Amino acid sequence: MATIRIPAVLRNAVGGARELTIEGANVGELLNVVTSTYPDTRDQIFGPGGDLNRYVNVYVNDEDVRVLRGLDTAVGEKDTLVILPAMAGGDR
Amino acid sequence: MEIPQALYDRMVTHARAEAPDECCGMIGTRGAVAVSLYEAENTAHTPLRYELSSRDQLRIQKALDAADLELGGIYHSHTRSAPYPSQTDINLAFYPGAVYIIIGLATGPEADVRAYRIVDGQVREEPLVVR
Repeated sequence: MATIRIPAVLRNAVGGARELTIEGANVGELLNVVTSTYPDTRDQIFGPGGDLNRYVNVYVNDEDVRVLRGLDTAVGEKDTLVILPAMAGGDR
Repeated sequence: MEIPQALYDRMVTHARAEAPDECCGMIGTRGAVAVSLYEAENTAHTPLRYELSSRDQLRIQKALDAADLELGGIYHSHTRSAPYPSQTDINLAFYPGAVYIIIGLATGPEADVRAYRIVDGQVREEPLVVR
């Protein structure tokens, strides 16, 4: 079980919750529970192939999971996940 | 958005310092007034795109939360095109509550700085008042 902090921009999609407490052994399991419970979040969190969406940042205890083990990053009871949609763009 | 001259100048200085690569950063607001500005790293390091560092994004978001500020603005520069949201900017505008500020450096010796709301793919220019 871990705590997931929901940024303001995603709260409408999760019924207004600022935090969710969810059962799961790793980041992928936790995010699957989130997207199953709140289907409007799926496209923002996962890409079409089931990997992490390129334009979302997920952190476990303030570390970007992409520098850890990605969706396989283990999480425990005292761990906190933060989800932040990325900030990106370009001139074309 | 209303932005103090000092923060506006820092934003333009950041854009000029990173050119020809695009720069990016975040702005904390209280209501419609910019209170703090956070220069961030563009991890793409190119004149064509910006990708705000995930590490910087978390650090800055935590600073905003600690100061009880809103994420009121996201800025980046266009060094080769007009300061208007590109299709990429529109497609990746995931913060409809924020003002997207573009610092244009390609259109003349003075920076051309514009602000926009981008909501559901629609772009609307917003006033940017520098005080």
